[in-house]
Amino acid sequence: MRNDCNLTVGIDIGSTTAKIVVVENGTILFEKYQRHFSQVRQKTLELLDLAAPFVGDRPFTAAISGSAGLGLAESAGVSFVQEVFATGEVVRRLEPDASAVIELGGEDAKIIFFDGGIDERMNGSCAGGTGAFIDQMATLLNITADELDELSLQSTRLYPIASRCGVFAKTDIQPLLNQGAKHADVAASIYQAVVNQTIAGLAQGKRISGKVLFLGGPLYYCKGLRRRFQETLKLDDDHAVFPEYGRFAVAMGAALYAREAGEIYTLDRLREKIMGSSATRDAANLLPPLFRSEEDYEKFRARHAAAAVAEGDLAAYTGGAWLGIDCGSTTTKLALLGENRELLYTYYSSNRGNPVEIVREQLEKIYSLCGDRVVIRGSAVTGYGEELIQAAFGVDKGVVETIAHYTAAKYFCPEVDFVLDIGGQDIKCFKIKNGAIDSIMLNEACSSGCGSFIETFARAMGYDVAAFAEKGLHAEAPVNLGSRCTVFMNSSVKQSQKDGATVEDISAGLSVSVVKNAVYKVIRAGSADELGEHVVVQGGTFYNDAVLRAFEMELGKEVIRPAIAGLMGAYGAALYAMEAVSAPRSGLIGPDELAGFDHTAKAAVCQGCTNHCRLTVNSFGGGKKKYISGNQCQKGLGLANVEELPNLYAWKRDALMGLEAGAEVRGTIGLPLALGMYELLPLWHAFFTALGFRVEVSGPGSRRIYEKGQFSIPSDTACYPAKIMHGHMEVLLDKHVDAIFYPCLTYNVDEKESDNHYNCPVVAYYSELLHGNMDDLERTHFLYPFLNINNRKELTRELTACLSPVFHDVTKKEVRKAVDTAFDAYERHMMAVGQQGEEAVAWARAHGKRIMILAGRPYHIDPEIGHGIDKLAASLGFVVVSEDSVCHLADPVPVHVLNQWTYHARLYRAARFACENPDVQLVQLVSFGCGVDAITTDEVRRILEDGGKLYTQIKIDEITNLGAVKIRLRSLIGALEEKGV
Amino acid sequence: MVDQEKGYVVFTEEMKKTHTILVPNMLPMHFKMIGKVMSRSGYKLELLETSGPQIAETGLKYVHNDTCYPAILVIGQFIDALQSGKYDPDKVALILFQTGGGCRASNYIHLLRKALQKAGLGHVPVISLSMAGLEKHPGFRLTLPLIMKMMYGVLYGDLLMTLVNQCKPYELEKGSAQALADKWTDRLAEEMTAGGKANYRQVKANYRRILDDFAAIPMESRSGKVKVGIVGEIFVKYSPLGNNNLEQFLVDEGAEAVIPGLLDFCLYCVYNNLLDRKLYGMQKQVQFAYRIAYRYLVNKERDMIEAIRDHGRFEPPTLFTHTVELVQGTISMGVKMGEGWLLTAEMLELADKGVGNIVCTQPFGCLPNHICGKGMMKPIKERNPNVNIVAIDYDAGATRVNQENRLKLMLANARQREHGGAVRENEEIPA
Repeated sequence: MRNDCNLTVGIDIGSTTAKIVVVENGTILFEKYQRHFSQVRQKTLELLDLAAPFVGDRPFTAAISGSAGLGLAESAGVSFVQEVFATGEVVRRLEPDASAVIELGGEDAKIIFFDGGIDERMNGSCAGGTGAFIDQMATLLNITADELDELSLQSTRLYPIASRCGVFAKTDIQPLLNQGAKHADVAASIYQAVVNQTIAGLAQGKRISGKVLFLGGPLYYCKGLRRRFQETLKLDDDHAVFPEYGRFAVAMGAALYAREAGEIYTLDRLREKIMGSSATRDAANLLPPLFRSEEDYEKFRARHAAAAVAEGDLAAYTGGAWLGIDCGSTTTKLALLGENRELLYTYYSSNRGNPVEIVREQLEKIYSLCGDRVVIRGSAVTGYGEELIQAAFGVDKGVVETIAHYTAAKYFCPEVDFVLDIGGQDIKCFKIKNGAIDSIMLNEACSSGCGSFIETFARAMGYDVAAFAEKGLHAEAPVNLGSRCTVFMNSSVKQSQKDGATVEDISAGLSVSVVKNAVYKVIRAGSADELGEHVVVQGGTFYNDAVLRAFEMELGKEVIRPAIAGLMGAYGAALYAMEAVSAPRSGLIGPDELAGFDHTAKAAVCQGCTNHCRLTVNSFGGGKKKYISGNQCQKGLGLANVEELPNLYAWKRDALMGLEAGAEVRGTIGLPLALGMYELLPLWHAFFTALGFRVEVSGPGSRRIYEKGQFSIPSDTACYPAKIMHGHMEVLLDKHVDAIFYPCLTYNVDEKESDNHYNCPVVAYYSELLHGNMDDLERTHFLYPFLNINNRKELTRELTACLSPVFHDVTKKEVRKAVDTAFDAYERHMMAVGQQGEEAVAWARAHGKRIMILAGRPYHIDPEIGHGIDKLAASLGFVVVSEDSVCHLADPVPVHVLNQWTYHARLYRAARFACENPDVQLVQLVSFGCGVDAITTDEVRRILEDGGKLYTQIKIDEITNLGAVKIRLRSLIGALEEKGV
Repeated sequence: MVDQEKGYVVFTEEMKKTHTILVPNMLPMHFKMIGKVMSRSGYKLELLETSGPQIAETGLKYVHNDTCYPAILVIGQFIDALQSGKYDPDKVALILFQTGGGCRASNYIHLLRKALQKAGLGHVPVISLSMAGLEKHPGFRLTLPLIMKMMYGVLYGDLLMTLVNQCKPYELEKGSAQALADKWTDRLAEEMTAGGKANYRQVKANYRRILDDFAAIPMESRSGKVKVGIVGEIFVKYSPLGNNNLEQFLVDEGAEAVIPGLLDFCLYCVYNNLLDRKLYGMQKQVQFAYRIAYRYLVNKERDMIEAIRDHGRFEPPTLFTHTVELVQGTISMGVKMGEGWLLTAEMLELADKGVGNIVCTQPFGCLPNHICGKGMMKPIKERNPNVNIVAIDYDAGATRVNQENRLKLMLANARQREHGGAVRENEEIPA
């Protein structure tokens, strides 16, 4: 339906901003770009008012576009056009020679390819590298988005930051900041993460080249981001186009669409329609209010006000004092206690990206307040920045967070059964049995419902966090937002806004979802009784009365929230110092030294081994003291002769890398060292060597190898051990091998101890995916036969059928012989692994060391997949054994699941071995995205807890923050020490 | 109580008389008929038809949150029902299908038992409905005549689903196709349970009657609408609870949904056992039985397809044997976990039929779909450059806005392709 109306209005309402253009006969009369703070309808009306002088009383056509515009258009009955489609239309008109468009919006990222048929793509539901992500990261650095951009232009190096979603990125950035990395470098790294996300998540194997158009707000404003895109995609200025209309492309597309299909309106009529659009809320998605009446709320407040601590006046106090510092992920807290454990001084503030400076300021202040009356006799520090602060200021003791928090909670409520701490970035909970920590649960990188989460939302909606929380208390019908990760939560909030929820309802709903996340995802509790009688809640997030109330409602019981909920870590550290430091005066640097304090951070690359860890070297007091971070092992610290403990992970790595290639008679075969190949390399290596092939192994994984292959990954939510496979294939292709071999094994080796012996779908069939998505494999012979590994006759038949078309002279007889040789080699290898396991256990016992079963999959020994966690554990004094090296030492376990995967059956037996031996602990490694581990983790945890053991789980992904892992392992050690094990 | 040796609560013969068996609802029409057949054989069966956000909520409470969405929904639906007060928890049993494949779905039943334990309902028996015979429940036995009747339920269900989908977008009176399907569902269920043995001649006669009835629905001309195929993980593909009512959304957007039937999945399961022999030399002893079952099912499918073709008004589904041919050269048929190669095959089948738009549904983080769904899109598009595939993740936290926006993009592109663009080429736009 073409009309004669030459005046047209395009409106684009994205997730964070609203744009309008008024076009007449191909000329733009008016354009406007503003943030809408989720007030979609109101902002649209405002924009129309601004456009009024250009439109007047004339009739015009109009259409709406954008993710937040969808709901508005629907309920108002105005034409809608999907935003990617709209962009595509505009670009085809204006830049007919463009080969691709990259558009970043507030929460969506899109790519349109024009070469070879239009292909339009949007990010999936778990992908964060967008405008909102950049905003979030700027918040974290305590700067504006503009400042972030300026900073990024001064960078000198890039750190790897997880690009999958904001939550992961945060866990990478936080330690960088806490360790003193330069803000300019962090800023540029954030942009690089966005670029990587766009390429890995959207291009999925399709190369971005030719003339590329960059559109959307972030790419219009952020010069640094443009630069990162240009450098990464290797585009010169002629091929990277950042048009002036970049921000308005979608709105222009909407205008274009309106001319064709939009209805004719007058301004009043359109206003009326938009005003009249009211959404209905689905009653099933509403929650009961947090408080039924003001009176209820008062009662609640009075009850919690009773949990207070004695306070003293530092200005009047004389005597000894103890200092506790909690340098957390987003906030730094200090507490100074007097001799009667009274609080003399407290401090609570955001890190502002530089905790060292904050602690320096505070120490200065404390010293000036103390004068000569008060002597600091002991000090302790806890939290993410523990080591940095300890090194910088000579703090007497470092204490792991869990112990600090438990110490504080115990002081408060001696009979405490359960402590839940929700901080800015972490959730920690522990059960206490017989006066000792019995089990520790910490949130995974992906379950983000923590304090900073509410804060980010509050800011996005234009409130500070306290005012936002206050609003939630009075919500009449809190909205049910579910209990998932931030990325999902964003869209849940968007949806509820579309449905007409108020800020109050959203605030209360977010509080409920934080609580649900903690209870069901972290604690995994089925009922309130599992938590015990006396529950203490703490952490800054619980200052929010809405969260506290929601927690009590969810549990159906009253809990204790100390008045110093946010200071409990610092308070606990101070209490710890009181007990642990017996000197008359603390070793903390004094006022004089503090006056001359200086701190510099420098980047360096460790040359200790081939891993080349990227280090940050912090120097204090003109280089007199140093603190080095980023290292995976002790070598980087310059400690030459560290005691080498037995480490089965290292042993297995050495054994696999030590396999010697034979002479090349028939040709070369490439074996990618990833996924199941980590288990069967001894078998295939021997097999091909026996047949006269020279075997090329792609080598252990590395970040570089991953990046080599990331262009062809079609499913970005697959696990990292699978995704790195693409890089290994590239390595082998570069070696020009005659054939690459990675078979499809539906069934794994039958170890006769489980119901079935499958591989997981990814290990079994990843070759199919590689074949379908890596065009370059055509350059070689990619052999991925389906094999029956448990029947040598069958196997011989299948292998002969696979090899003979490529290597014509291979006979069945030879294959049969090689198969026998291969199995001998494999059995020898597995025997050796078991024997090494036994020897390591014996060695540990002879030397009085703790034993850790680092239980995962065979491929977790890869230095890139496992991120050197084995070395970290060894540096903490554990003898590390693998699950497959000790599982033969225990009998099969009756399990409550279908025990049908070979690798996982080993986990259950290893868990039993841990239960049967007091000096053995089990730590389970879980790759993010491993669906099967949703089943095994619960079962392993059950076996361990039934056996009176602590369960520790470490989730690993593309990038893993070893700082967090270290806290976990040290918490384990702390709990063991308390138990006297 | 828990049988010590077996490790689970056994459904005893006495329970057959006293207990009501609750059935999760994946495909309303199919399951209703199958349920009726079972009731006739002496079981007290009830199909759960509950919906609403509390189901996922309950699931999240009792199941590990990283588990796939179908498990969270099915288990949530069961526990929600048990906690509703509608049933006597001592007189109720649950039933779940178990394939025994290498995907974690085979573990649903164990996750359900764990969840029941957590909810204090550990005494409720859970029956494993499995052709592989993974568990033994004396009170629940599948006899051959019973299986045959259930098979007819599947055939009827597929036929009705196909016809409803082809009528819905065009019916002049909203809801008339569904009403007719409901009427037939009841009637067929009655009929199947009335006589002793199922009479196949009557089944074929019913096909014709059903086709005539649907052809008589007043409809606008069946053209001009965008056709959208739905494939994916079996639960979210079919269940409106799992896919936020995807079918209805597409119809409301003026598209026609094309959904491959349940029989394909049954055939796929049987076929995989034949392949185990071919690929690995396994399952030798039972090959004979599988071959008979395969031939039987293929013949039944052909009869139904021919009935539709002969009738001439509607488009028949694709023969399984043809689907098998289509998949050659893309993914190997050894990929048999989850929906395995069938998922790839169904996308190719839709493309082959000229359905140019495909929604590939999957629970967030579905392992087999990394390979057979997202992993095969590139080769499928290379073979069929005009096909438009969009992968949509379903999850307790994923929202409609996100899903619908992506579906809208697909539909906008589809319309443009079919109508040569909504915007004319000579349009002027400022630079």
